[in-house]
Amino acid sequence: MSATQIQSPRSGQNSSGQDRSGKGSGGKIAPQYRRSGSSRGNFEMLAWLFMRLSGVVLVVLIFGHLTVNLLVGEGIHAIDFGFVAGKWADPFWQVWDLAMLWLAMLHGTNGVRTIINDYAERDATRLWLKIVLYAAAAAIVILGTLVIFTFNPCPVVDGVQLPGGFCPAP
Amino acid sequence: MTAELAEPASKIELPAGVGGGGEIPSFDVTLRVRRYNPEVSDESTWDDFHVTMYGTDRVLDALHKVKWEQDGSVSFRRSCAHGVCGSDAMRINGRNRLACKTLLKDLDTTKPITVEPIKGLPVEKDLIVDMEPFFQSFREVMPFLINKGHEPTKERLQSAEDRERFDDTTKCILCAACTSSCPVFWTDGQYFGPAAIVNAHRFIFDSRDDAGDMRLEILNDKEGVWRCRTTFNCTEACPRGIQVTQAIAEVKQAILARKI
Repeated sequence: MSATQIQSPRSGQNSSGQDRSGKGSGGKIAPQYRRSGSSRGNFEMLAWLFMRLSGVVLVVLIFGHLTVNLLVGEGIHAIDFGFVAGKWADPFWQVWDLAMLWLAMLHGTNGVRTIINDYAERDATRLWLKIVLYAAAAAIVILGTLVIFTFNPCPVVDGVQLPGGFCPAP
Repeated sequence: MTAELAEPASKIELPAGVGGGGEIPSFDVTLRVRRYNPEVSDESTWDDFHVTMYGTDRVLDALHKVKWEQDGSVSFRRSCAHGVCGSDAMRINGRNRLACKTLLKDLDTTKPITVEPIKGLPVEKDLIVDMEPFFQSFREVMPFLINKGHEPTKERLQSAEDRERFDDTTKCILCAACTSSCPVFWTDGQYFGPAAIVNAHRFIFDSRDDAGDMRLEILNDKEGVWRCRTTFNCTEACPRGIQVTQAIAEVKQAILARKI
């Protein structure tokens, strides 16, 4: 086996084609410094700030949600289709649930985005994971928003009332 | 009677265990060293060395003994050997420490003591890593005084309170123990890393320096302070006891205060 040519450590020519990958170095990766310029904009700062602020708001929203749904009145036994229909007839709960949906989805999506950035090692993997993540998040946010605003507990199909004991007779 | 007279008159009563030369306890330790020699193989291996060491010895002394008496090809960096130069940061029993500040008696000597190069930097040979990526980040934060005013004829004065503001981060010896303990740095090595931020902190909060805004802008990068996940690995690894994670948090707050 021919001896590998080793570049002088301090020659400062990292890009001369010499692979100093340090395989089996204990650490998996031997990073080459390749930070490209500086990234303008404050996206990472705003994302960081959003995580903290949305987290605080979500604590209030989620515990309010759990209290009203599970503890107040008959508590968990009152939950059925009619209970949800009743809540969404009230604009207050529409706004509450909408805020909860959007904040939780953006908070969670940003968290997973961070995890992908931290753990995905190849750029292609990173890209695909993020595409899947953003597609899933967008689908859930759009569908959820649609349901909150267009929810009709007593739909009439072809002039026939669908089952639901609480619906007024047509 | 004669035996009593033979006792030296000036004898000082010493408690047991004091002044007894050669009474330092000795013990056998196994040093398990991560070996890598690119001229021989691309794979790294573990080598075990058995040495008899004393209670006052450090991991560096054991490495010296191995290198000087058993295998001269074991390679590691060290200079002052007293915790000041920051050359011999290595991963000892899975934790980043300075070999010259880690006493063997504080480790579990019944099991082999593992010694590896610090993680996340390219290994050159055995325990020696290429520190260049680390220093590139360090240089990028401009770790030197920038003052726009006229150069004074005397020293630049500063109140004790102003000096105290950044005292903690002046202690950095650039050993890379913090940066190479950071899981975010391990991923792709593009994160500035705790050490660069600590050295930026040292000038950002220096009342004599005028380029704090520039440094904050540099660290507002997507590879800057916002990649810190506050896992506190850096604070735990720092052989100088710098509150690294706190320094990073202070830089984050300074950026926020400037932008909002």
